[in-house]
Amino acid sequence: MREVAIVGVGSTGFRAVTPDVSYKEMMFEAATRAYQDAGNISPRKDIDAFISVAEDYWEGFSIFDEFVPDQLGAVLRHLFTVCGDSIIGLSTAYMLIKTGHFDVVALESHGKPSDILTLYDVVQFAMDPMLNRPLGGHPFFVAGLEMTRFLYETGNTKEQCAMVVSKNRGNALANPYAAYGADIDVDDVLCSNHQFYPLNQLDVSQPSDGGIVMILASNEVAAELSDNPVWVKGVGWAVETPSLETRCWSDAVYARIAADMAYKKAGIGNPSREVDFAEVDDLFSYKELQHIEALRLCRPGEAGLLVEEGETWIGGSMPVNTSGGNLGMGWALEASGMQRLLETVLQLRGEAGSRQLSDVDVGVAQSWRGVPTTTGAVAVLTNY
Amino acid sequence: MSEKIKRFPGEELKGADIRVGKVPTIRFRPRVRYLWSAGVAMSRFIEGLKEGKIVASTCEKCGRIMVPPRAFCEECFKPVDGYTPVKDTGTINTWSVSYVAGDASRIKEPILVAVIDMDGASTGMGLLHLLGEIDDWKQIKFGMRVKAVWKPPEERTGNITDIRYFKPVKEV
Amino acid sequence: MVGKKRVAVIGAGMTLFRRNLKETGKELAWHASKMALDQAGLELNDMQSVVMGTAPDAFDGVHMKGEYLADGAGAWRKPYSRVFVGGGTGVFAIDAGWWHVASGQFDTCLVVAEEKMSSCYPHPAYAFTTIFDPIYSRPLGVTLIWIFALEMHRYMHRHGIKKEEIALVSVKNKRNALDHPCAQLGANITVEDVLNSEIMCWPVQRLDISPTSDGAAALVLASEDVAKKLTDNPVWIDGTGWCIDTTFWTNRDLYYPRYVQCAAQMAYKMAGIKNPPKEIDVAEVYDPFDYKELHHMEGLMLARKGQAPKLTADGVTQRDGDLPINPSGGLLGVGNPIAAAGLMKCCEIFWQLRGEAGKRQVKGDPRTGLAQAWGDLMQYGSVVIMRS
Repeated sequence: MREVAIVGVGSTGFRAVTPDVSYKEMMFEAATRAYQDAGNISPRKDIDAFISVAEDYWEGFSIFDEFVPDQLGAVLRHLFTVCGDSIIGLSTAYMLIKTGHFDVVALESHGKPSDILTLYDVVQFAMDPMLNRPLGGHPFFVAGLEMTRFLYETGNTKEQCAMVVSKNRGNALANPYAAYGADIDVDDVLCSNHQFYPLNQLDVSQPSDGGIVMILASNEVAAELSDNPVWVKGVGWAVETPSLETRCWSDAVYARIAADMAYKKAGIGNPSREVDFAEVDDLFSYKELQHIEALRLCRPGEAGLLVEEGETWIGGSMPVNTSGGNLGMGWALEASGMQRLLETVLQLRGEAGSRQLSDVDVGVAQSWRGVPTTTGAVAVLTNY
Repeated sequence: MSEKIKRFPGEELKGADIRVGKVPTIRFRPRVRYLWSAGVAMSRFIEGLKEGKIVASTCEKCGRIMVPPRAFCEECFKPVDGYTPVKDTGTINTWSVSYVAGDASRIKEPILVAVIDMDGASTGMGLLHLLGEIDDWKQIKFGMRVKAVWKPPEERTGNITDIRYFKPVKEV
Repeated sequence: MVGKKRVAVIGAGMTLFRRNLKETGKELAWHASKMALDQAGLELNDMQSVVMGTAPDAFDGVHMKGEYLADGAGAWRKPYSRVFVGGGTGVFAIDAGWWHVASGQFDTCLVVAEEKMSSCYPHPAYAFTTIFDPIYSRPLGVTLIWIFALEMHRYMHRHGIKKEEIALVSVKNKRNALDHPCAQLGANITVEDVLNSEIMCWPVQRLDISPTSDGAAALVLASEDVAKKLTDNPVWIDGTGWCIDTTFWTNRDLYYPRYVQCAAQMAYKMAGIKNPPKEIDVAEVYDPFDYKELHHMEGLMLARKGQAPKLTADGVTQRDGDLPINPSGGLLGVGNPIAAAGLMKCCEIFWQLRGEAGKRQVKGDPRTGLAQAWGDLMQYGSVVIMRS
């Protein structure tokens, strides 16, 4: 049975702004670090395929993939773009290796939202041109609609959401890659400005710039490239529906489908027992709770209790977002999911510094593509 | 199975009907604006243009002098070793004459364009630019020698258009 | 291929290709998908995964348009992803569908390609003004046709090729398209018509170029087990290949598409093809411009460098020739809704290999076919090899 491992990771880290480098130079740094981490491989001859995860309007180009190969060492090599979430990119690399035709695959994603002067107009441009766009307004109202229904149906509370913010911004203080580490308490969140009721200002992730590259390899070559490969045991991804009119507003259906697919591949029947820790999307505070429930890491309606009782904090029984999550590391567009992967890899390798968890073998990384989508992906990773 | 398929879907519309509003449409102009960080290499290029110089980058491993400049050598996959100006003269590698604008409308005075292999850069390192001071475009030849015509220093803004165009030169 | 899974194409569908279609992008995607499923004798519930191929968001006027198109492509509550390699996307989409099944992850995959270029108003060409570098290209006012004219001119110069020789491609493909029920620009024209058409960007003239179009196409892929239960004549995907060249296109000699050669070599190796001109029976080669068909035949090693015009003049690439190229009518004749046009080429190879291409059927009994597309700043090649 052919297996797939992550054998190298590299990142620039994430910052609110990066005026000193172009997106190309940012990608070059992340790639250089990843190639070095993967046994110092050469992208010019050792990598069988390259995947870049990007979207045109995040970059300000039509056909952005034109501008990708050089900084990855992929000139005259087998590179392509996935317009999706970066964990869908990981799933793509996983499938390529599983075909038996590829041994080493590089995966790249980055975000440079500081280059976009009208970031939220770009988000609005993703909405349905006939039904939704003409209504105007800041597109994050979609998250407000969802949070209202989620809290109403599950009984989770705004206070519990605020605790997520406090936890994640605090975790980020211990993460040198994170842009938004801060010492924030529940009252700070609840007293921050209303933005998209019931979301307050501090419930919403802020944009950040940064890039990540990972190297994946088949079990046949993984040992040559890495002393501590992290195994991709299962991947899953799904879209629910683009329509605001027909989507489920309480449950993260996409994450549930993706998780079930990944767990099945990984042979995980009881996630809340078998998974040691998770990195989940928290672009908005409530999303962490909603995603924990979709991933079946607790019983429905109990995610808020987990954070309240300290279980999802470092030292708890099910630590979630030790990296700081998107609230702590920032919303790095398509690279947001790859941040979740990066932390999962670092924890499983025992390289998470002062936020290192003890005795962890199985981690789950989950992503969501953000407003207005219902697309997400899940990866189950282990270090054995 | 195309021979078994009796009908292919799709209802054709006439462009004229769309223009006069006979067809229901929704009009939307996206508000998308960017301010890209030029970065390390392109900042050098922009600064060079202001000084009337075309800046290239150099890689000691493969020995290439590369224009436009870049912060890393894509062949050797390593940071470049330095930046150096190349000459503002070169040779026409390939050329074209454009009678259409970006919106596909026709223009009266054609735009003369060329890829120019720059003197002082490695072989085949070309720059895309315009040609000028040519009466009849049929005079343009492959291999023709050209030289940059710069805007006066006070008008330069650090833009590729600080070079107005390249004009033919006679070799001595 | 020992130990590796084989993937079959078992259904194909497409819409009309037209300058303006009434249907939205979602509706076009739905029509093509429905037809492909009907042809395969399957329903949407049988599809375990969906791949979308569609070119710049700027055409449809929706950011993240893969998400927007998801329900039209039948992806509701399914694993769904969008791949994007510029003009190469259409053929690349089938490559992506291939790995969904060849990996063992899924037994079935619906591959959909859609393009609604007319939404970019008043002209789709606007979308192309933002494909260039904002520092060293955009301020010059560069357009898409400029750069292809520069490539065409270099190709002509290096080999001493005349416009008349290139125009034969346009004549052939537009004539072939007369037999395609979806075609936008099927016509009987002459070399003189091409040479007398208005100059766009010398040496490119009006009739050297494919049109802008709306349209969609779709294919149903299945694993060997599933395919054999459903059909007696599956078409197998035996080789996939793709490659990208440097962004700095002014640093390359444009006379030869080495990235297409690299992509072809990848696909030939996978399919075990040693002598392409002998082993390929029919090919759909990317032809948004007439010279590109010749350029790509050389990149695909179906002709030696500089020799493709001679093969064309000798009639070798006609439907009844020894190496039929673009029997569908290609982009020049059928139309060019970017990603959908690439997947249309894959549909054509599927129909040709099953002997179901009707009036377009090439002579003999073609066993091995190739489809290829090209994209980005003259830097991307995508290839698929299929066998009956």
